[in-house]
Amino acid sequence: MSDAESPADTTTGGDSGDDPTFEPDEPNTGDSFEPVDVFPDSDDFDLRPGADSCYKCSTCDTNCPVAEVDDDFPGPKFQGPEQWRLKQTDDDYGVDDSIMDCSNCMRCDNACPSGVPLSQMHNTARGQYVDEQMSKTSVEYWRNRILANYRTSAWLASKVPRVANFAMNFGPARWVMEQTMGVTSEREFPAFATETFTDWWAAEGGAAGSRERAREARKRRGEPVDADKGIAYFHGCYAEYNTPEVGKALVRVFEHFGYEVVVPDQGCSGTPMFANGMVDDARRHAEVTVSSMADLVEEGYDAIASCTSCSMALRQEYPELFDIEGIDDLASHTFESVEYLRIHEDLSGAVREADVSDDVAEEFAYHAPCHARNQGLDRQAVELFRDLDGAEIEDVGESCSGISGTYGWKAEKYEKSMAIGEEMFEHMADADGETGMTECPTCAMQMEHGTGYEVRHPLELLETALVE
Amino acid sequence: MAIDSEVLVIGGGIAGMTSALSAARAGADVRLVSYKQSTLRHASGLVDILGYTPDGEGPLTDPYAAIPDLPVDHPYRTVGESTIRDAMALFDEAVPSYRGAHTDRNALVPTHGGTVKPTARYPASAAAGLASDERSVLLVGFESMVDFDGPHAAAHLEAAGVPFDVRGVTIRFPGDLRADAKVTRYAKLLDTDSEVSVGDRDRPVREALAERVGAELDGESRVGFPAVLGDDRAGTVRVALSESLGVDVFEVPMGPPSLPGLRLEDRLFGALDEAGVSIETGNPVVDYECGQPNGGDDRIERVFIEKNGARIPYSADEYVLATGGLVGKGVESDRERVSEPIFDCHVPHPADRYDWFETEAFGDHSFARFGVATDDRLRPTNADGGVEFENLRAAGSVLGGYDFAAEKSGSGVSIATGYTAGRGAAGVSA
Repeated sequence: MSDAESPADTTTGGDSGDDPTFEPDEPNTGDSFEPVDVFPDSDDFDLRPGADSCYKCSTCDTNCPVAEVDDDFPGPKFQGPEQWRLKQTDDDYGVDDSIMDCSNCMRCDNACPSGVPLSQMHNTARGQYVDEQMSKTSVEYWRNRILANYRTSAWLASKVPRVANFAMNFGPARWVMEQTMGVTSEREFPAFATETFTDWWAAEGGAAGSRERAREARKRRGEPVDADKGIAYFHGCYAEYNTPEVGKALVRVFEHFGYEVVVPDQGCSGTPMFANGMVDDARRHAEVTVSSMADLVEEGYDAIASCTSCSMALRQEYPELFDIEGIDDLASHTFESVEYLRIHEDLSGAVREADVSDDVAEEFAYHAPCHARNQGLDRQAVELFRDLDGAEIEDVGESCSGISGTYGWKAEKYEKSMAIGEEMFEHMADADGETGMTECPTCAMQMEHGTGYEVRHPLELLETALVE
Repeated sequence: MAIDSEVLVIGGGIAGMTSALSAARAGADVRLVSYKQSTLRHASGLVDILGYTPDGEGPLTDPYAAIPDLPVDHPYRTVGESTIRDAMALFDEAVPSYRGAHTDRNALVPTHGGTVKPTARYPASAAAGLASDERSVLLVGFESMVDFDGPHAAAHLEAAGVPFDVRGVTIRFPGDLRADAKVTRYAKLLDTDSEVSVGDRDRPVREALAERVGAELDGESRVGFPAVLGDDRAGTVRVALSESLGVDVFEVPMGPPSLPGLRLEDRLFGALDEAGVSIETGNPVVDYECGQPNGGDDRIERVFIEKNGARIPYSADEYVLATGGLVGKGVESDRERVSEPIFDCHVPHPADRYDWFETEAFGDHSFARFGVATDDRLRPTNADGGVEFENLRAAGSVLGGYDFAAEKSGSGVSIATGYTAGRGAAGVSA
């Protein structure tokens, strides 16, 4: 019995409200009182403690970019704790279709004052919906699966990048893709690089080359040449196939600070798979990544990502969704690249002493990706670069860009995606800069799509500022 | 290395934000860290100084006049009346969209439950709704929004004896939003003046709303709506509705989640940004470390933020603890004791937990006044009265000695103590 009930050894009969011996301000410490742990500690995958922590303030709902524009979307509070509870009480309860309209921006996590693991609930509900309720022969399933497995298509395309770049944006082909697959023809596919990041990396001498360069840098910096400074770079799919310049910038900036870089075997971070409920696909990739990265972590390397969704996946979604040996250690040793340098080096001091001429751009319109928020990184770039001579950086506001990875690529969600992004487009137009900046590759896509601006990663500006 | 600043403020509510702003204005390099995004959107957006005495007398006409009679351990007694005035002046300057600074007297603002609340500052959007105004009122609720019932609120206001005629109606919001549509959905539609379908055609929502309300007007000279009239462009929305209706339009402050609270949060963060404050949310401060190599343990050297199992050090010369009270988790309790979870600062409380509360639900609970005790510079003190740490100050509802819910003093105490703690941390002596 709970401590809130009246003691059992008092008078019988009648309702307890009339019980003359019950004194609410007297301790219930008779022999019959035994405190009971009502909710025994459960493992990480039991979401009950999380559901019980929700006190219905609805603050998560005010952070949902979808609920703000979509009259049919019931919001994160329903998708999370409420739906979780419905699932427990009724064996026949089917997960509501609207779970597929959640874009997995994860802003609700950062909103909850009570620590409810909302995105974990959404990810598990979405996984269950796709597993049990979505037809595996439907166009939607295969469209989503192909979009979610971007790494596979990108790998193929990277073999013939020039052909792919032409074919993927060839009008009639895109019309057919929209008609048959439901992939919007409004967007331009991103260009594939003619040399992938890892090809470049191998040509630069790989880990051995990096060790040499790092030692040189330490000598220049007056640090012990054998200092224990090493990172394992998780480049993700986009820096590998589409924007290797971001990966190169990361390598050069870290080596500049005396870090040797290794680039281990890795799969996709899983971000597009979680968002499409393809949890098994995500697990397969996670197994590859965790097995190589966890060993490196044990050797003393930290895992560094340049994409905020990748770092988010490794540090938050992995331990929330998978039970793979070494996954917790990897999570607690994963950092976003600029964040890591802020913690371990005097990065703001270095930036303060640096200056840039106009070879990148002078003014940037910066958008903070949703996935940067839970990691506490949404103001990092603006606060760092406000001390950089020769560059102005302006935050274009707190709204979501609206693309949310594969979400905005779906024909039926394109309009919604653009409605969410409208506020960001307006703020970008108002900002002085005509070059965009963000850490997230798909936010960059949306920024470019909505404004025509070229979009850079903060690492590219850091490289220009700090590396000769 | 650690992430370094001169002043580190822990907590993103109104106390933390005021601390950070006043420290930055005094010239310090300031970083504010908050476990989650600010809880201001849980608040009505009204800014009270003191509505009732601790004995329940009130509503008070002049909050300042009641301050000398407060108990000596009340935070207002610690900082003093002139500091409260200076702190409110900082708030007024940072948040120009608020009203009420022209007088020391409390304003009386109708709430969504139909009560009348004494408050010191209110958003401009509530200005036309004051209960001291004798013009007649129409309160408009929306069918799909159960948080505000116009006729019910009107009946309560009438029973409270307001000096004007008040009537309530319920209408359908144009476009027929779903029953649990978020307040942000209403605000977004009105901000963007989106087309909604009304009957068999699409019309801009502001015009359609004004038309439905206009049909209900019966000579009233002002109209009150639940506080969902826009977010980024709330002023424009209000003016547009007011012009179409030909009467004054006001918002009635609502419970959480609250757009006036959200707008206040945006404005204060804007002021922090302009003052050069660094801001980080999303992860909690969980621990601290003392001790220079040769020093004792009376100075905090660094604190640790936990991110998914990693502990990230943040160092500063001075720290401000603005983590909230029992609800905000800045003060915690279990069966044995009441504690402050980050620095384990002493929280005075009776040893027997059956002395922490009264039997009556709305009794004079002592838990409502639980919080850290401080010296006259707002530094938390231990059980013997000595300071816990030389470089730690506390602000807002982590402080003990007052019951903000009963007194209606929450924002005022947060602003006054935040101001004092922030300036003290920046090295400005009181």
